[in-house]
Amino acid sequence: MQTKRVTFRHVWLPYLLCLPQLAVTLVFFIWPAAEAIIESFYRTNAFGTSMQFVAFENFQRLFNDPSYFASMRVSVIFAVSTTVLAMTLSLLFAAVSDRIIRGTNAYRTFLIWPYAVAPAVAGVLWLFLFNPSIGIATYALELLGIDFNATIYPNSAMALIIIAAAWKQISYNFLFFLAGLQAIPNSVYEAAAIDGAGPVKRFFTIVLPLLSPTTFFLLVVNMVYAFFETFAVIHATTQGGPGQATSILVYRVWKDGFVGLDLGGSAAQSVVLMALVATFTVIQFRYIERQVEY
Amino acid sequence: MKSFALAAVASVAFAGTASAQTEITWWHAMGGALGEKVEEIAKGFNESQSDYKINAVYKGGYAETMTAAVAAFRANQQPHIVQVFEVGTATMMAADGAIYPVYQMMEDAGEPFDQSAYLPSVISYYVNDDNQLLSMPFNSSTPIVYYNVDLLEKAGVDTSEMPKTWDELAAVAKQVVDSGAAECGFTTTWQSWIQLENQAAWHDVAFASANDGYAGTDVELLINDGVPLRHIENMAEWAKDGTFKYGGRQSSGNPMFFSGECAITMGSSAGRAGVMSNMPDTKIAYGMLPYYDDVQGAPQNSIIGGATLWVLQGHEQPEYKGVAEFFSYLSSPEVQADWHQFTGYLPITNAAYELSKEQGYYEKNPGAELPIKQMTLNDPTVNSRGLRLGNFVQIRDVINEELENVWSGQATPKEALDQAVARGNDLLNQFDASN
Amino acid sequence: MVENRRLLDILGHILMLFAVALVVFPIWVAFVASTQASGAIMSGTVPLWPGDQLIQNYATVLGKGVAASGAPPILLMLGNSLIMAIGIAVGKITISLIAAYAIVYFRFPFRTFIFWTIFITLMLPVEVRIMPTFEVVANLGLLNSYGGLILPVIASATATFLFRQFFMTVPEELCEAARIDGAGPLKFFWDILLPLSRTNIAALFVIMFIFGWNQYLWPLLVTSTENLYTIVMGIQRLVTVADAEPQWPLVMATTILAMLPPVLIIVVMQRLFVQGLVETEK
Repeated sequence: MQTKRVTFRHVWLPYLLCLPQLAVTLVFFIWPAAEAIIESFYRTNAFGTSMQFVAFENFQRLFNDPSYFASMRVSVIFAVSTTVLAMTLSLLFAAVSDRIIRGTNAYRTFLIWPYAVAPAVAGVLWLFLFNPSIGIATYALELLGIDFNATIYPNSAMALIIIAAAWKQISYNFLFFLAGLQAIPNSVYEAAAIDGAGPVKRFFTIVLPLLSPTTFFLLVVNMVYAFFETFAVIHATTQGGPGQATSILVYRVWKDGFVGLDLGGSAAQSVVLMALVATFTVIQFRYIERQVEY
Repeated sequence: MKSFALAAVASVAFAGTASAQTEITWWHAMGGALGEKVEEIAKGFNESQSDYKINAVYKGGYAETMTAAVAAFRANQQPHIVQVFEVGTATMMAADGAIYPVYQMMEDAGEPFDQSAYLPSVISYYVNDDNQLLSMPFNSSTPIVYYNVDLLEKAGVDTSEMPKTWDELAAVAKQVVDSGAAECGFTTTWQSWIQLENQAAWHDVAFASANDGYAGTDVELLINDGVPLRHIENMAEWAKDGTFKYGGRQSSGNPMFFSGECAITMGSSAGRAGVMSNMPDTKIAYGMLPYYDDVQGAPQNSIIGGATLWVLQGHEQPEYKGVAEFFSYLSSPEVQADWHQFTGYLPITNAAYELSKEQGYYEKNPGAELPIKQMTLNDPTVNSRGLRLGNFVQIRDVINEELENVWSGQATPKEALDQAVARGNDLLNQFDASN
Repeated sequence: MVENRRLLDILGHILMLFAVALVVFPIWVAFVASTQASGAIMSGTVPLWPGDQLIQNYATVLGKGVAASGAPPILLMLGNSLIMAIGIAVGKITISLIAAYAIVYFRFPFRTFIFWTIFITLMLPVEVRIMPTFEVVANLGLLNSYGGLILPVIASATATFLFRQFFMTVPEELCEAARIDGAGPLKFFWDILLPLSRTNIAALFVIMFIFGWNQYLWPLLVTSTENLYTIVMGIQRLVTVADAEPQWPLVMATTILAMLPPVLIIVVMQRLFVQGLVETEK
């Protein structure tokens, strides 16, 4: 993990500065997480009036369930597609918006609206648009000869949740990319232009590398978003269906734990998720960050 | 931080220093106009006497309300009354020490309570195997068939009498598609509830072992054979030419009927008002669920869905006295008839049904009496009382998932139902082991 | 310039118009839906042009709409949402600013340990660990309080991560210069780092405000007195009508109204956000 070359030295100040965050983390994250870990070794009924220690049975059940691995696959497809779609579109919009002289503010003002919409509401809106019988988007696709029905076809359902989830995230990415682009001094562009580099070449050889801290940050944020904060979208649209075509890991945890009240099973899923997340985080900091230029 | 703490103290203090009235908390899941009606009922009770005060608190949808109550119970903050959907019945019932069965609470509180005053097919879903009432029915409905008469006439169907059997219904639906009157013949909402759970009861066959789960928690699903299998095979066949078209989970298929894409739908009887307000200019006819006429015992009676009020343990006896009085108030013919007529839910007592008849409600509202007749067609048998399955919420999801594999052509009906049974039984075993 | 600026500009505008159309379309549909009569939406392709019920629907929502379903007055709910959103935004920014500062600018024992403890929370939103968290909050006596609404939601490291990333890009020379001038850590933080972070703080305020504003499940669980209801709970109350069709026009009208405060915050804050960037970096 990186630090500054130049640092301050102080005996107690850094601890004091970390204290509020640590306290909140310990009380509202580590403590509940520890309880989840304990719970994952028990079989309990919903009200907690009966509790039996079952060791690793909840985990065994999970890993013997082929649909759990299918769900992992679905999660990865969903998260990667959502991230790629949301980041590509917003980078494109931001790059164009940064280069044009007039109207940037007006465009930006419109582009950030989706961010204000609650995820569940975003899901409802897209469901409306893609409703098999009344949706305007379905109607348009039908004119193009595409039979889009998210209640029956797994691919349609996947497309629907990717679009709905990416739509919410475009605004956020756009703001950050635009800020990153505007932070690049004009002299850099001018120098490149004098060297005879065209706009596309300039973008890939100069702008993109300079944007890498922003890109890395957004990559993390988007993956986190797609993996962990999208179940409201899924709940409002496909509910994991048809079949289990859109049942991502977090939606499963939430559904089994919160709706199904299977606390042991859902705790086991949470523990697996936490382990994955921890690994993921470490890898990100250890390896990817090295290649990022500052 | 200080202000947070103050706010917390203030709210606790406020709860503690309430007036001489005993406060009773009721968590419910009724949004929209129904929520307003719930408030009205609470207010009516509060004004009818001075010893108790009911606080009706909205806690989200059914799943959120139940989970909130469970979480609150674990933290010792539970309400007195919580509204729980029918699929949560087994979970609630298995929670010894957490729930206070209604029959027992009424007895302990010395409140007169005559179980025979209630409609048998409503309360049968919520009794134990000894026929004692566990929770107070509140909003119940049963599935019926809705016909778009305009479309049927356009297809040249004789609409003087609506189909009674599946063969008749399928023929009508096919005629609609073949004639081009609509793209699809019929659709359904709540596929597990209507096409499997109710079809089993309607044909008097078991959905699960151990008397559909009433006799214990060692239960297995029985839906990969006999009538259920035959029915899903037929549905899969009908899905090929548009006679049947799947419209999504819960009631998300409704727009297909509202927009005239499908001529027939099967849905909750409580959805009648929604159909009327979304199709104000269309002539609608209502029918009972179809059956296979070669199955002995069909039609039996349909089963209900909806929610009941459960009483939670952990409060003082005088407070339960108030709960008991409130339940009596809720069951009174006037309150019940008003609730039934306003919401379209089934009346829960014979007296409320009779009162509604006297008031001429059914003459003014065609189709409103049909669900009651269908549900009370015969006295419930062990196969048509209801279902008492643990982890039922997840089991319905499993059934949804597996049926969707049939509609998308990824599995045959037999494969899908076998899979549903295997996965469902695993959930049932889990439940059995955890209680 | 070397290339044909004008053509590129026109292309750019076309692309941006397309982008705006794409992104705003669903919101437009929501607005259109909020102006229709209640039967008009579910019985045909959703219309694209506003209906004639605009004033009536919004009057219903503001006048009695949400309150009619038994919920508290809309202003109270908006107020609670505001308190919660601001509490979450301010709380999270404060604690993560100073924590990120300590982690980047100090070397101290257990630094790595503290770092990982905090960053492990980067993922897993409150909903996934909702039951144990509820028990913790109940044990602390924080049910039905703003503290219970706010504190568990700010236990995540996204903001800390952002500030850390930003601090890493701050030139080393600034700190060196400050130390040569004899400035202590707090003075450096207050006089140099904080002003530099203004844009990030603005951005995070927007993010956290909206995040807090849109919370639904958590407020529903921890509150059981109507004095603490939020506007998103009010919307849900309109949507979750068992066995019936929601009044979509009213739902959408409430949604549009509930969207306005966060949009306003974005629009107002984006000026600061951009202005700050231009001033400090270029």
